[in-house]
Parts: sequence; structure tokens; C-alpha cells
Amino acid sequence: MTLDVLRLRMHRFFRRMWTRPRIDLPLAFALLMLCGVGLTTLYSAGDGNLGLVGGQAARFVLGFACILLMSRIPPSALRNWTPWLYAGSVMLLLVVAVLGQGRGADRWLNLGIMRFQPSELVKLTMPMMVAWYLHPRQLPPRWKDIIAVGAMIGIPAGLIAHQPDLGTALLVAAAGGFALFLSGMAWWRIGLLLAGAAGMVPVAWHFMHQYQRDRILTMINPESDPLGNGWHIIQSQIAVGSGGIFGKGFEQGTQSRLDFLPEHTTDFIFAVFCEEFGLIGVCAILVLYAFIIGRCLWIAMQAKDTYSRLLAGAIGMSFFVYVFVNGGMVAGLLPVVGVPMPMVSYGGTSAVSLLLGFGVLMSIHANRKVHD
Amino acid sequence: MKPAAKRLRIYKDSRGEGEAFRRRALAGFALILLGLCALVGRYVFLQVLRHDEFALRSVNNSVKPRAIPPARGLIYDRNGVLLADNVPAFRLEVVPEQIRNMNQLLAQLGSVIALDQDDLDAFRKQLKQSRRYDSVPLKMRLTEDDIARFAVNRWRFPGVDVVPYLTRQYTLGPLFAHVIGYVSRIDADDLQNLDADRYKGTTHIGRTGVERSYEDMLHGSPGYELDEVNADGRIQRVLKTDPPKPGKNLYLSIDARIQKAAQDAFEGRAGAAVAIDPRNGQVLAMVSVPSFDPNLFVNGISSADYKALLNAPDKPLISRPLRAAFPPGSTVKPFMALAGLEYGVRTPQDSVFSSGVFYIPGQARGYRDDQRYGVGTTNLYKAIYASVNTYFYKLALDLGIDRISDFMSSYGFGHPTGVDLPGEAPGIVPSRVWKAKHSPKERTWYPGETVIAGIGQGYWSVTALQLAHALATFAGRGVPYAPRVVMSTGDVGTPQVPLPNPPTGPSLMKNMKDWEAVNEGMQMVIYSNDPTSTGFRAKLGNGFPYRIAGKSGTAERYSRKSNAYDENKNAAYLAARHRAWFEAFTPAENPRIAVAVVLEAGAWGAEDSGPIVRKILDAWLAAQGGAVPPSTPLQESGLPAAPASTQTPEDLPQGDIPAPDSSTGEDNTP
Repeated sequence: MTLDVLRLRMHRFFRRMWTRPRIDLPLAFALLMLCGVGLTTLYSAGDGNLGLVGGQAARFVLGFACILLMSRIPPSALRNWTPWLYAGSVMLLLVVAVLGQGRGADRWLNLGIMRFQPSELVKLTMPMMVAWYLHPRQLPPRWKDIIAVGAMIGIPAGLIAHQPDLGTALLVAAAGGFALFLSGMAWWRIGLLLAGAAGMVPVAWHFMHQYQRDRILTMINPESDPLGNGWHIIQSQIAVGSGGIFGKGFEQGTQSRLDFLPEHTTDFIFAVFCEEFGLIGVCAILVLYAFIIGRCLWIAMQAKDTYSRLLAGAIGMSFFVYVFVNGGMVAGLLPVVGVPMPMVSYGGTSAVSLLLGFGVLMSIHANRKVHD
Repeated sequence: MKPAAKRLRIYKDSRGEGEAFRRRALAGFALILLGLCALVGRYVFLQVLRHDEFALRSVNNSVKPRAIPPARGLIYDRNGVLLADNVPAFRLEVVPEQIRNMNQLLAQLGSVIALDQDDLDAFRKQLKQSRRYDSVPLKMRLTEDDIARFAVNRWRFPGVDVVPYLTRQYTLGPLFAHVIGYVSRIDADDLQNLDADRYKGTTHIGRTGVERSYEDMLHGSPGYELDEVNADGRIQRVLKTDPPKPGKNLYLSIDARIQKAAQDAFEGRAGAAVAIDPRNGQVLAMVSVPSFDPNLFVNGISSADYKALLNAPDKPLISRPLRAAFPPGSTVKPFMALAGLEYGVRTPQDSVFSSGVFYIPGQARGYRDDQRYGVGTTNLYKAIYASVNTYFYKLALDLGIDRISDFMSSYGFGHPTGVDLPGEAPGIVPSRVWKAKHSPKERTWYPGETVIAGIGQGYWSVTALQLAHALATFAGRGVPYAPRVVMSTGDVGTPQVPLPNPPTGPSLMKNMKDWEAVNEGMQMVIYSNDPTSTGFRAKLGNGFPYRIAGKSGTAERYSRKSNAYDENKNAAYLAARHRAWFEAFTPAENPRIAVAVVLEAGAWGAEDSGPIVRKILDAWLAAQGGAVPPSTPLQESGLPAAPASTQTPEDLPQGDIPAPDSSTGEDNTP
């Protein structure tokens, strides 16, 4: 009998997913537009390879299905599951650390049907955990809570950095850090922590792999090694710079066509975009990104409780980190780290996990505070 | 005021928190806008202020890295005879981007160089998968005639080029087709599983045999070249070269001369032969008859050729030593006898009386001997040399199926031997577990099944490699080695480095007396003057300087339908009903080679497969340079013998490495 009830509930849940989706239309529309831009750019960067575009489109469809699914899960339920989800994802990271497999960097877990990167999961469970921890506590947080949150961030981020995947570690740490920032942590404490972090740079330098150091050194002076590590940076800047204000036009970028630009469908796809659509295109897409982030923060402000507020705000703000780090890397402002341009770079797990996060936002929006 | 403040601390002020969050979120958004503005500033700097400079560089951008694929490692036999070579060849390549009308081009090109349908199909398939700027091969292995004709007409075909490359050539062709295997073109499916950086520029990959199992060693790592290219992408000048690291050369433990003799001995009859050195597991010969020419596969086999090979009735593509598993028949009897001794169920003198038929106590079904009225009183020696079924029926019952399957498994039956070749069949050892798993309807084990398991019939299934491996393990006094066809590796111009192959476990032999008894019985197969001996007519030991120990096996392909005796002794008739096995090792007292041969259609083990074994042993002897005292350590023929005093006998497989440099060995071809 209980089984029947369960079946009925499941049925209702999935039916309502379609008939009564709890979607914030402006955000959904902006995301769809972004996906469209991404697929268009991918078509050009992949040299008209429809298989590539089709695969990415399939992932987007999967991602939007995730949005519909997540939007029906109320934030209160999510909050109850949070410690388990967090612990589970960190366990998976440990499993990967012990027996992971991948090309050079050990970050994949083979599930038989698909390979999957637990660190993608942590990108979502990390702000959830910090929000869960801060939810019942007195805000703004004092040192005791800040240290506890620091441990929650530091352990998974350290594991991911050890894989070694500096880009993802940065994203994960940022997601947790933004939740802490949004909780109203006093500015003087933030300043003190940042100063402390700056003081740690020489120590971090000591623990880095040689190739990571090389990337930073060549970022500072790419011309020192134009045929080796500097190749990415120089070719990417030539692509961006030669695009000019109006761009060379769709499918007209020579840098990727003639194979000068490496990884022109994944991490460096934004350079192709800049080359073909110019500064105008760059400004347009950045406005789109800013709108999405702003909308996320607006949803966060409307949210019912501390948990929802912090989670929604942190997800929105960490979206900015993707854009800033990838955009900065393509323009030679930041070192080469493996952070994709969200919804534009080719690649499965990051697109799906990002859209999963937006699904959480939709749910928070649906359960917003009713104005009194 | 104070108490109020205190209360504020204890209870969460959600409205105040909401307000604080709003302020903090706005501050965060302001920071984000600041960050995005900084980004826009950088893009303005690159795209507006420095646009002219970068636009110029983009037009002049002309230095491009190009991968240089490594040369694949060569493969030699144990004496340095070259078996797999890289030979320079030329192919025709097309850059799709520079072609206006592909169909017209192919038609015009076809009048200059003959293009068949397979070439065109492969070309169109690859054309779809590659990018417009990448050149696509149209025809491999151009003849000199093709090249000359194209050179004259080249001006008519911009975007088409003759490109040199290295192609694989298997110098002895069919002789090593199943051992070495072949390489073939990398296709779209491979690309998904390969390390893209390591395989940049590589066109071929090992598909079967050694080429596949040693792909990692043979491949090497690519180098890079920085080319100055013009606007069309054509190379103008090479600026810098980082040479590729060629793959490692491999030395097989197989001796091409023994291999050749073994193949010839089959005279085209379908079957398999494997010879193993019991002292280290090195495979000395591995033959699969019939064979095929691996060179056909290298640059894409034509569909007509492939169909012909695939549909040939005797299946030349199957690697018989590894994949063709048959009931072993009487060749398991020495192992059964050994099991009886080792489990303490029999002594060598224990006898049974062979009357021609054996009955399980209380059952009516009779299990037959080979001889109609039996051969009388039989001890262990006679049981082996006269292949007396009754002895082994009874022994099998006394041992029980569990001990039999345990013992046979320990000698490598029923699971892959671990040879360094892909695609090995596991075979079957009869056991309760196997039966329960494979016949779920009839799970019970019957004593009758134990009885026939004792003579290598019933659920048994064994490959020639497994039998050779088991025999080598026995001959080497129970020390098990995984069979190895590759003996050592070497870079060009450097001495060979042996690949270590330590025993896979301690000796399986509990008592050396058991070894001697079974060995003695197997020698009597060859030398006994008793006319009931299975080897009496074959005279396999005549004129051979060492004592040979052997055992025949004639496995039935069908079980009998009636109780009547079949009196038809016609060889062709029997060949259609039997599979002929023979196993042997020599020198009996200190074995250095163990051989197993199976003929898929042979009338009698000793008369049909026995002579093949003898020819293999003769070739081995010739390769040793004739008879040498059995205690002499391993050494190679055709080379000055190493001074015996420098090596301790038996346990020194390192002494087995031929000395000459790889690149000078070609003139040794038999």
C-alpha cells in the first residue's frame, strides 16, 4: 500500500515537473540565449562539425531537464539532505584520490556507462554545506564559525588541487567563500583573511607542480617562450586582438580555422568568439552574463530563509568566477587554468552541473518570501 | 538596553539578516561589475588599442607546430631475423579545402592513377570525419609507375600531393601472421580511446598479436617540428625540429627455423603446434595452419580479399593455438597418472585388469578400452604407454571430480595461460562448478562424467597452447612459467634487454619420484617394444640423439550412438571422426623443449600428429647445432657457444639472449 502511495507521489512529482514548472522566466530565457550563443560559437570553432554541436546540445537538454527536476525540490528538503550530500561528494573525491583515472590528472571516476568528475558535484554541495552551517547561527559570523567554514572549504578544495586541478579547486573554494561573504562577514575580517592569503603565496608556490609555475611565469611574459608554454597565450591574444571592434564575422576567424589556436573548442573557445564577433560581441555576452548573475542575486534577496539566500547568492556569484577566470585567461590577464567559459566551452559535466545549480535557484525562487 | 542586546544575540533576527544580506549582495554585485569592467578594459586594450598590431600578426601568423610520428619498433626472431620491418612508401593525399569539385577531381585523377572502389569508399569516409584543412590519404602504397605518372600530371591537380611515409612489412608473411599479428589504419573509433598527444600524426596501430599486446613499447613517442607555412598552409621552411623517439625493437623467443619446419610439417592440414622451453616459458614455435598474409591488412584490406579470408572453410584468420579448444583425449593421461601419484591414490606398481570394458559398480553402461578384449594387467607405466582407458576410468573414480579439476587447474587447464598475446580462449576443465554454471537445467554431477573426464573426453576443452604450457610445466619439474613469445627488447644500436619472466609460483611437484615415474611411462610410449604401445608403429624416437617422452591423444568428435564395435579402420573415415593430438618433450631426463600438436582432422594421435612433433624436434635439434650434452646451459646455434663455466645450469634464463646486434641479423633468414 505504501508502495502505491509512493508511486502516486512520484507520478505527481514528474507530471507537475512538466505541467507546472516553477521557472523564473527571465533567468531561463537568459540561459537559453546563452546556450544559443554557445552552440553557434561551437559550430564555428569546431569547423562545422555537427556531431560536436549535437553532442553539446544533448547535454544542454539534459541540463534543462535537471533544472525542471531541481525546481520541484523545495529548499527545505535540500537543506535537510545537505550534510549527507556534502559528505557523499567529499567521499567520492577521496575515492578518486585513491583510485581515480584520467589523462595525466586523476580526477575521473569511471561509472561504466559514463565517466564522471566528483569535483563537479562539490561545486554545488560546497555552497550548500556552508549555507547549511551558517543557517541556524548568529550572523554575521565570528572567528569560530569562520574557521569551521574554512575547514569545510579547505578539505575538498585541497583534495581537488591535489588531483591536480587548480581551476576547479579555485571554483569550489570561491563558491564556499562567496556564501561566507554573503553571510555578512565583517569587512575588516575579510581584509585580514585576504592579507593572510597573500602572505601564503610563497608557500603555495613551493607546493605547486612545475608546470603550474611555468604557466604563471609565461603568463607574465609570454614572449619568453613563444614556441612552448607561451604558444597558447600568444595565439589567443592574436585571435582576440585581430577581432577588433566588429570582429571578422561568423566562421571567418583564421586563428582557429588554420589551427593556430590550440583547444579552440574547449578552454579557448572564447578567443574564437572574440575573433569573430569583436568587442561588440564581447560586451554583449558580458552583459548577458551580468544579467544572469544579477538575476541570481535578486532571487537570493527574495528568498525565505538564510539557507536559501546564501545558497542562491553563492551560486550566482561563483558563475562570475567562471567568466572572469576564463575571460582573463583568454585575454592574457590570468594564467592558463582549466576553467571553461560557462555554456560556451565544449564539455559535458561542467555544463550539466552549472544548469543543475540554476535548477536549485529556480526552486528557491518558487519558494520565495511572500511579501507582507 | 543591555538585556535587549543580549536577546538579540541569542535569537536570530531574520528581518535584520535579510536587510544585511541585501546590502551585502549589492556590494557583491558592485564588485562583480567592477571585475567585468576590468575584463572589458582588457578587451578594449587588445581589440581597439592594439588591434592593428594583432591584425598584422594574424595575417603573418606563419609558424605552426607539426607532429612527427615515431618510427614503430621492429620485430625480430630470437636470432635477429627481421620479421616486421618499416619500409618507405608513398601515398596520395588530398587537401579538401583546396578542391573545388571533389567528384570531378576524383574522376580526372582516376584516369592517371587507378583508384578502386575500396580506396574511394575509405577516402569518402575519412573525408567526412576530418577537417577541411587536414589532408586525407586517397591511395596508399603508390607504385613507381603511379608516382611517375602523377608527377607528369601534377600541375592539373592543385591540393593533391604524393607524401612519403613508413609502412609496415611482414617479411615472412603468413609464417608469423598469428604470432606477430598486424597493424592497420587508425579509425574514428580508435581516436576516442587513444591518448591524442601520443598518437598525433600516427596513422597505424597494432590490431592483433604482438603488434597489439606490445603496442605501448612498439609505438614510441612523437616529435615536433615548427614549420613556417604560407597562407595556403604549405610548408616553406622548417624552423626547429624536436625528433620523435622511435618505439622499442622486440625480439621474439621464437626461432624462425623451427617455426618454418613446424608449419611445413602440417603439409597444409588444419591444426596448431606450440613449442615451449620448460626452463623459462619461452615459446620456441607457435604455428596456426592455415595462415594468411598479414601484409594485406596494413594499408586496408580490400573487401573481396577480406570476404575470401572470412568465408574460407578452414578459417585461416583464427589463431588456432590460442583459440581452437578441443577435447584433449589421452594427452591428459600423464597428468591423470601424476594426480594419482601426487594425491597418494596410486603407486606406480598398483595395477588394474583391463578386460575391454569398465563398469561403474552397480551400473549397466560400459566404458570401453581401445583394444576390444583389453590388454590384461596394467600398472602405471603400461597405462601410459598403451593408453589403457580402464586404468584411468578407475583412477578418475577413485580421485573424484573435485580433485581432478583442482589438479588440472593447477597445471593451467581451464583458464588462460597468461601468454603475452591477446584473445586467448580459457578452455574448460570438467568440474561441478562449470557444469552447474553452464547447464542450469541438469546441475547434478554424475559418476559417469567423472569416468570419461579421466580419459580427456566429456566436458574437456583444451587449446594447443594450454597443453604445451601444461606439458612444459610438468617437464620443468613443476615450475610454472607464463608462456612468453617476446623475449627481450632493445633500442637501435643498444644491447638487448631481457624482459623478466619469473615463475608464476613455486613448483607444483610434491615428490620428484612421481615426476620420474610419469616421465618413464611417457618415454615408453616412444620406445616400448610392446605392440600394444600406442607409439609402437610410429617409431618416433628412431635416430634422435636424446630420449623423447611423449603421449598421443585421439579425441572423438562424436560420442558413439550404439554398442556395436566400429570395425572401419579407413584413415580418411577416422580422420573425419577424430582429432589427433601428440605431446612430447626432450631430453627426457633434463627437458629443454616441450611440444604439443593438434590436427583438427587426424585419424590417430601417434601416426598423424606424432611425425609433426618429431619434425619440430628435429628442427630444434638442428637449431641447437646438433646434440649437446644435456647438462649444457641454454645457448644458441649459429653463434659461438658461451663458455659453459661462466654460467650455472638450469636456472639462468638470462643466458638465453642472442648476442648479435639487431640491425645486422637480416642475413640469417632461413
